[in-house]
Amino acid sequence: MSLGDGRGTPAFEAIGLARSYRLDGGVMVDALRGVDLRIEQGEFVAIVGPSGSGKSTLMHLLGCLDRPTSGTLRVNGVDVATLDDSGLADLRNRTIGFVFQSFHLLARTSALDNVALPLVYRGVPRAERRERARRALEAVGLGHRLTHRPSQMSGGEQQRVAVARALVGDPRVLLADEPTGNLDTRNGEEVMGLLERLNKGGVAVVLVTHDAEVAARARRRIHVRDGRIERDA
Amino acid sequence: MKTAEALRMAVEALRVNRLRSMLTMLGVIIGVLSVVILVAIGTGAKNAVEKEIAGLGSNIILVVPGQVGLGAAPTQSRLDLSDVAYVRRVVGDPTKVTVAVNSGEPVRVGRVEVFATLTGTDENMPHVFDRPLRRGRYLAETDVDTRRRVVILGSEVAAKLFGDVDPIGRQVTIAGVRFRVIGVYETVGATFGVARDQEVHLPVTTAQRLIGLPRINGIAVGASGPDEIEPLRRKVVDALAERYPGEAFSAVTQTQLLGTIGTVLGMLTGVLAAIAGISLLVGGVGVSNIMLVSVRERTREIGLRKALGARGRDILGQFLIEAVLLTTVGGVIGILAGIGGALLIQAVSPVPASITWWSIVLAFGVSAAVGVFFGVAPARRAARLDPVVALRTD
Repeated sequence: MSLGDGRGTPAFEAIGLARSYRLDGGVMVDALRGVDLRIEQGEFVAIVGPSGSGKSTLMHLLGCLDRPTSGTLRVNGVDVATLDDSGLADLRNRTIGFVFQSFHLLARTSALDNVALPLVYRGVPRAERRERARRALEAVGLGHRLTHRPSQMSGGEQQRVAVARALVGDPRVLLADEPTGNLDTRNGEEVMGLLERLNKGGVAVVLVTHDAEVAARARRRIHVRDGRIERDA
Repeated sequence: MKTAEALRMAVEALRVNRLRSMLTMLGVIIGVLSVVILVAIGTGAKNAVEKEIAGLGSNIILVVPGQVGLGAAPTQSRLDLSDVAYVRRVVGDPTKVTVAVNSGEPVRVGRVEVFATLTGTDENMPHVFDRPLRRGRYLAETDVDTRRRVVILGSEVAAKLFGDVDPIGRQVTIAGVRFRVIGVYETVGATFGVARDQEVHLPVTTAQRLIGLPRINGIAVGASGPDEIEPLRRKVVDALAERYPGEAFSAVTQTQLLGTIGTVLGMLTGVLAAIAGISLLVGGVGVSNIMLVSVRERTREIGLRKALGARGRDILGQFLIEAVLLTTVGGVIGILAGIGGALLIQAVSPVPASITWWSIVLAFGVSAAVGVFFGVAPARRAARLDPVVALRTD
């Protein structure tokens, strides 16, 4: 996997990527119909499109949460088809950071332990885990909220905890699914600022949104419609 | 993920749902508790009976006419004192052979009357049976030879007839005949419902005259060691069969009694343990049920953990450890409660209880196994969840 660390290797490379689902009634739905895509290291990309366009499916495929029906996907140069489930889990753990629209924090767990969670699955010792989680929380401006639980924090703070969790493992890319969707303008602005700062630090950021204002801040916008890339600018 | 980490996570998850975890454990606690208590009672009963049998004395062979067993017709005894002399010759050591003639008679002192079991025996009785004296002396050879009218009282008979007064040297009346008390036995309790403290011993010759029959009811032979019992039993039975062709004699040993009763009580204990085991199983089903609910409830959490890099086996381990933790903690509490319960039962009721290490090991092992067995299905379901679907669940 060391070849994936080279700067010349794209973060994501998709060739003819397709994903179809069989609904309960047996009807096949083609959510993604052959996507060719190349996202370089350190890029800031917005995937935009109306709901049902397939942008979430694309996001799940890029995040290795799902496997394509056909086509090839390389993450950091590694063909995901060659990986088994635990190989995929390892790839998600080390290479990709996730930020979700609904934060997805563990409700009765402190901010510190929420952020440290990815390191648990990497086998990092507890003391080091907590230290790294503390630094990540400080980096998103929540150094004073270490022991707070999600219910004791505002939505903006919760999303910043989620960002801290995404970056604690030093990922190559950060995938954000409508990261500002549940936030007011001010908090949304703050989270976007964080993502931009991370991107300047060298992490590729791919965000899925249907908010034109949010998309406008990305250097590259990929428009998805009906399971295909409509426009890439 | 390290096991210690998984364990910490499981403890945390169970603590979060404290009430639910306790209620789920309760099923296992009750199951384990009943296993420990019921096995303790079964074993206690077995020990008590074995102690009673052993309390007779050691290595005793009881020779009686006829067949011994349920449904066997009662046999009119044809044995008499000459047979005792014959058995003494066969055995070789005359002191190791004694005799019994039994009858029930009222024993009277003044106006106090007590119904007692009269047992005619001889001077060798204390060499065969374990029957310590509280006061006075045993029967002597001359008592038997001269048909002396002397008695040794069981402790209960002595207490009823004489109260606090020392009975030695005093008179009792049996069937109109006066006897002098020469001894009082220690309290020994009952054996097979025979209240041995209600016995009155007198010389076998005197007893035969009192009853008016020259017969004896049985011969008891004491073997010198446990290994001697079986050869000696066969020797005595063969010798009697030779003397009385065509008649049956039975020789019952304590080992046989212990064996039969031990088997019956062992089976009883087994049945009790099985019934208790069923409740443990029901507790296990409860664990399975709660774990399934927990998996469904935490679908989003599982999806998130997978997105963050948890492998299927990490999730499997997490839920399996939770289930096993529930049952083993429940098991330990159940064992402690079971030990406490058994001790309490023993303290406040006549039911004997004896806690056995194997029931504790078994109860703990079974509850841990129940955790694994009933935890696997929910844990596998959790491990197989598709992260995309799991994350989308609300």
